Amino acid sequence: MGIKKRKTEETIVKILMISACVIVGSSLFLIVGTIVVKGIPYLTWDMVSKAPQGGFYIGKEGGVLNAIIGSLYVAGGATVLGLIISIPISVYLNIYLKSGSLLSKSAKLAYDVLFGIPSIVYGAFAFSIMIWLGVRASLLGGVIAVTLLIIPILVRTLDEVIATVPRELKHAALSLGATRWETAKVILRQIKPGIYTAVLLSFGRGVGDVASVLFTAGFSDNIPIYIDEPAATLPLAIFFQLSSPIPEVQGRAYASALILTLIILVIVIVSHFLATKHKHKL
Amino acid sequence: MNFRIFKDKLIANAMLILSISSVSFVFLIGIGLYLRAAPLFEEHTLFSLFSGSNWAPSKNQFGFYPFIMGTLSVTLIAIVVALPLCLLTAIYLAEYAKSGVRKVMLPLMNILAGIPPVIYGVWGIFFVVPIVREYVAPQFTEYSSGYTVFTGGVVLAVMIFPILVSIVSEVLSTIPKELKDASLSLGATKWETIKKVVLKRALPGIVAATVLAVSRAFGETIAVLMVCGNVPVAPSSVFDGGYPLPALIANNFGEMMSIPLYDSALMFAALLLFVIIFLFNLISRIILNRIEHKYSA
Repeated sequence: MGIKKRKTEETIVKILMISACVIVGSSLFLIVGTIVVKGIPYLTWDMVSKAPQGGFYIGKEGGVLNAIIGSLYVAGGATVLGLIISIPISVYLNIYLKSGSLLSKSAKLAYDVLFGIPSIVYGAFAFSIMIWLGVRASLLGGVIAVTLLIIPILVRTLDEVIATVPRELKHAALSLGATRWETAKVILRQIKPGIYTAVLLSFGRGVGDVASVLFTAGFSDNIPIYIDEPAATLPLAIFFQLSSPIPEVQGRAYASALILTLIILVIVIVSHFLATKHKHKL
Repeated sequence: MNFRIFKDKLIANAMLILSISSVSFVFLIGIGLYLRAAPLFEEHTLFSLFSGSNWAPSKNQFGFYPFIMGTLSVTLIAIVVALPLCLLTAIYLAEYAKSGVRKVMLPLMNILAGIPPVIYGVWGIFFVVPIVREYVAPQFTEYSSGYTVFTGGVVLAVMIFPILVSIVSEVLSTIPKELKDASLSLGATKWETIKKVVLKRALPGIVAATVLAVSRAFGETIAVLMVCGNVPVAPSSVFDGGYPLPALIANNFGEMMSIPLYDSALMFAALLLFVIIFLFNLISRIILNRIEHKYSA
């Protein structure tokens, strides 16, 4: 092949690459842009400050405060529960065990796999547990399902964060006579910003996921007070309102989608900055 | 002193139990779903479940063929759309782009990965569905509502952009610089080096990333459910409606309790998803771990 032909091929491929990059990169703006354009006209103060009033689903007064609060409760509860379970696990796998040990390797592989299991499977599984335990669709059920969903996210993120702590720190603590648990406490203090990132990531996932809460959290127009009450969640509220034939209700679905998008964007962007700050420090 | 060691050991044992039980959770999900699906196997053979195309729970007919075909077609379309775009993007980011572009694109991918499925669904309804209905489908068929497997595939393609771009560009960055330098110094152009050296070397990683993306597309529920029409017939063209397995589970969970074997059938669908995705994930993670290990060692 002549040099000219080869050069042309190089140029063509480069143009293709740049256009692919532009398409992939702009998809985010396309999505957020669509949601903003559709949602802004319907976004009112009532939407975020009121629960559904009488006749809400035929287009009368009210907002989706019930769903916002419900989502925050479900995601918050699940994040707290998930942290209680996953911090000890990642401490054990990374600080107690030797890095090449069979348990630590297979556990990490198991979490990688669990991370890929879709939320509908977690939802179905949590639902079976609930039937078995006799729990009906409620805040508690939603928290259980979302906890299952986010534990792999928490463990994997914490894992990565602990890996960034210099090994010398662990060795220094151990050689000063600290027990492994005391060493773990030192390391946990080091990775605090990383823990915040993990919390935000899993909280965001919990707020946004539908398939896991579809049968486990139920739906209600009231703001839940007790843990055994059914609770509305924001993604589910969007889904239900969108399937209504009434234009006002559909409009509220757009506004709810905008609210959810804004919540997620804030969470993701804050966690990104926390993560980069953490990296700079090390 | 003794107390400190005692405390350390106590905590170690507690955490060991927690770790082991959380790992065994993988199997627990499989067993739990199997037990709930088991009643279905007493009356139906696995073959009839996979090949049957009638879905009428009240008549005790559970044919999964349309749903399996629905899932396969949306997934296939998603991969066909996403893979070339993401490969080109990842190559560009890893080999050509200035670090500034990388610093913008990778966080963008993280944000895209964080957008909830239901938002993708809303976007699909307002952006992709009309385009398919007005511009794309009329080129090929007479009429289409826009709610088609093609639409579902396109929305899914965007959903798997982040996973493909970030993993493939990571894999590409593990290719030793010496290899590239050798090829360049022999007079190959940059693209020839990428085509014949880099991609060859990165192939296992690219396959693993693709398998991960496939399994992600396989299990995606709400976004697909919202845009692909939910017609329980195997799609005969990409502009027909389809009904993927996860959508089947999500749509029917409310009413399943009243009909015998219905809940077992839906749990069977969940089991099917679980087993396939479990295997896909396991294989690709083992490949990716090996690549990472080789690189760090």
